[in-house]
Amino acid sequence: MINAVAPAAIFIIGAPIIFFLRGRLKSVYLLLLPVLASISLLSMHEGTYWIVNFLGYELIFGRVDKLSLAFGYIFALVSFISVLYSLRVKDDGQHIAGFIYAGSAQGVVFSGDFLTLFLFWEIMAFSAAYLIWASKTEASRGAGLRYLLVHIAGGLCLLAGITLHYHDTGSLVFSFIGLDGPASYLILLGFGINAAFPILHSWLPDAYPESTFSGTVFLSAFTTKSAVYVLARGFPGTEMLIWIGATMTAFPIFYAVIENNLRRVLSYSLINQVGFMVVGVGIGTTLSLNGTVAHAFCHILYKALLFMSMGAVLHQTGKINATDLGGLYKTMPLTTIFCIVGAASISGFPLTNGFVSKSMIVSASGVEGLIPVWFALVFASAGVFHHSGIKIPFFAFFSHDSGIRTKEPPINMLLAMGIAAFLCIFIGVFPGFLYSILPYPVDYVPYTAAHVIDQLQLLFFSALAFSLLMLSGIYPAEIRAINLDTDWFYRKGAKAFLWLVNKPIVRFEYNVVGEAYEFMVIKPVMKIAGILRSFDIKVVDGAVNGIGRLTVAWSAVMRIVQSGKVHDYAFIMSGGICAVVILILLL
Amino acid sequence: MEKKHFFDKPGNLKKFLKVFFASLIALIVIDLFVHKHPYFAFEGYPSFYAAFGFVACVVLVLAAKYILRPLIKRKEGYYD
Repeated sequence: MINAVAPAAIFIIGAPIIFFLRGRLKSVYLLLLPVLASISLLSMHEGTYWIVNFLGYELIFGRVDKLSLAFGYIFALVSFISVLYSLRVKDDGQHIAGFIYAGSAQGVVFSGDFLTLFLFWEIMAFSAAYLIWASKTEASRGAGLRYLLVHIAGGLCLLAGITLHYHDTGSLVFSFIGLDGPASYLILLGFGINAAFPILHSWLPDAYPESTFSGTVFLSAFTTKSAVYVLARGFPGTEMLIWIGATMTAFPIFYAVIENNLRRVLSYSLINQVGFMVVGVGIGTTLSLNGTVAHAFCHILYKALLFMSMGAVLHQTGKINATDLGGLYKTMPLTTIFCIVGAASISGFPLTNGFVSKSMIVSASGVEGLIPVWFALVFASAGVFHHSGIKIPFFAFFSHDSGIRTKEPPINMLLAMGIAAFLCIFIGVFPGFLYSILPYPVDYVPYTAAHVIDQLQLLFFSALAFSLLMLSGIYPAEIRAINLDTDWFYRKGAKAFLWLVNKPIVRFEYNVVGEAYEFMVIKPVMKIAGILRSFDIKVVDGAVNGIGRLTVAWSAVMRIVQSGKVHDYAFIMSGGICAVVILILLL
Repeated sequence: MEKKHFFDKPGNLKKFLKVFFASLIALIVIDLFVHKHPYFAFEGYPSFYAAFGFVACVVLVLAAKYILRPLIKRKEGYYD
C-alpha cells in the first residue's frame, strides 16, 4: 500500500475550505495545498493504487508510472506558482475553481480507467468555464459559454468512444488505444478538442484571453497538457498525429502576427507549442516521446510566465491590446525582464528550458527522416520567436511610448514570475534534472557546438527580418480589429440558426402552417363546438333550468313552514319529536 | 521632468543595433568553423539556418499581412 494521498483529492477536497478562511490564514492555506500535493507526489512509487469498486467496475485513481508522475510534478509546480500569483484575488470562487481545476487535471493524469478519466475530464471543463466567467464581462460570459459547449461536445464524443470501446473490448482500462475502428476515432476526437487540434482549436484563442488576469495562468497549464498526456498514453506512434501536430505548429503563427490582443497572441502560440508535443506523440520513438514530456514540462513553465507578465500588464494598466501599450519598461522593469526570460524560453534560446526540450522533438523528426515535418517545425521555431519572442515584449514594454506610467505589480505576483523565470533558466542550464524524470532513459545531448550555433543563427536572423521589416514600415501595423477563426462557424452559425427560426420558420409557421391549421383544425373544431353549444342549450341548459324551477317551487312550499316565528318552530319540533317516539315504540 | 530611460537617449538604440549586427556577422563567421552533423544534406550548408530563419520570417509576415489579414479582418464589434 501507499502512504501518500491522491493529489487530486488534496486539491478538490481541500478547495471548499477556502471559503471559510480569511486573511493570512487563507494565504497560508492556499500555498500549503500545492506543497502538500507535491510532497505526496514525491513519495509516490510506480504501481497501481486507490482502486475503488463502483457498481461492479474498478475505478483506478492511482496509475503511477514515469509518464503520469512527470505530468503530476509539473501540474503541482505550476499550481503553486499560479496560486502565489493570484494570492491577492478577493473572489473566493476563483480560488476554489482554480483548485478544483488543478485537482481534476491531477485526476486525469493518474486515472487508470476510462470512467475515472471521464469524470475528471468533465470536472476540468466546468471549473475552467468558471475561471473564464470570473472576469464578469459581457465578452467573458459569451466566451465561457462557448467554451463549455465545445468541451461538453468533446466530452460526449469521448463518452461515446468509451462506450463503444467497452462494447468492443469488454474492458475500461485506459492504456494504449491506437487507431482502429470507430471507438478509437471518437476517443481521439474527444482528446483532440482539448488538445486544440486544427479546426477544433478556436475555443482556445476565443476563451483564454477573456479570463481574469490570473485565471488565464491556470487555464494555460492544464487543459491542453492533460490532453497531450492522454494522447501520449493512448496514441503514441499514430502517424496521423504527426501531420495534425505539424499543422498546429505552423498555422497559428500567421494569426499571431496580425493579432492585436497580446493574450490572444499567446493563446495562438500555445497551440503552436502544443503542436510540437503532438508531433512528438505521433512519431512515437523514445526520443520523441521523451521530447513531448520534456516540452510539456518546460512549456507549462514559460507559458505561465508569459501569461503572468501579460496578466501583470493587464492588472496594472487595464489594457492588453498592442495598440494601447508600449514603453512600459520604464515603470515595470522587473516584469519586463521576466517577460523577456519567458520569451527567450519559448523561442528556444540556448541556456533556457525551451532549447533543451523543443530540440528533442525536432531532432526526432530528423532522425526519422521526415523532411516536410522537420521543415514545419523549424519554420514554427522561427515563427514562434517572431511573435512570442519579439512581438510580445516589444509591443508591451518597448515600441512607441504609450505614455502610460504605472508601477510594478504586487510582490506576490513578482515572486511568482521570478520563480518561473528562475526555473526556465535553471532547467536550460542543468537539463539533467529534467531528463531524469522523463519516461525513457535519455541519450540526448542538447549542447553541441553545431546545435547551439544553428539555433542562434535561426533566431538572430529571424530577429533581423523583424528589425528590417519594422524599420522599413512593411511590418503590419497593429490594428484594432478582430480576426476570424473557425469559431465563426458556430458563432455565426448560432446567429443564422436563430434568424432561421425567427424569420423564415416563424413566417412559414404563420402563413402556411397557420392557414392550414385554420382550415384543417380551427374550422372543424368551431363546427363541432357549434353542435356542442346547441346540445348545451337544449339539453344541458334545459335540465339545469328544470332543476332550478323545481327548486323554486319547493322553496315556495318550504316558505310556508319557515314562518320565522319561534313558537311555530317549537311546535314543529315537538311534533317531530312525537313522530320519532311513536316510530320507536311501533318498531 | 521625467528621468531619461535607456532608449530615450538617442545614441542607445544605434549602439544596440550595432551590437546586434556585429553578432550576426560573428555567427556567420563562427559557423564556418563548426563541425556539423546534419540529419539532411542541405542542413549542413554554411549558414543554412540563418538564411532559413530570415526567409521564413519575411514570408511569414508578408503572408500574414497581404493574404491572411484581408481575408479574416473584421471590425471589433463584428460578433455583437
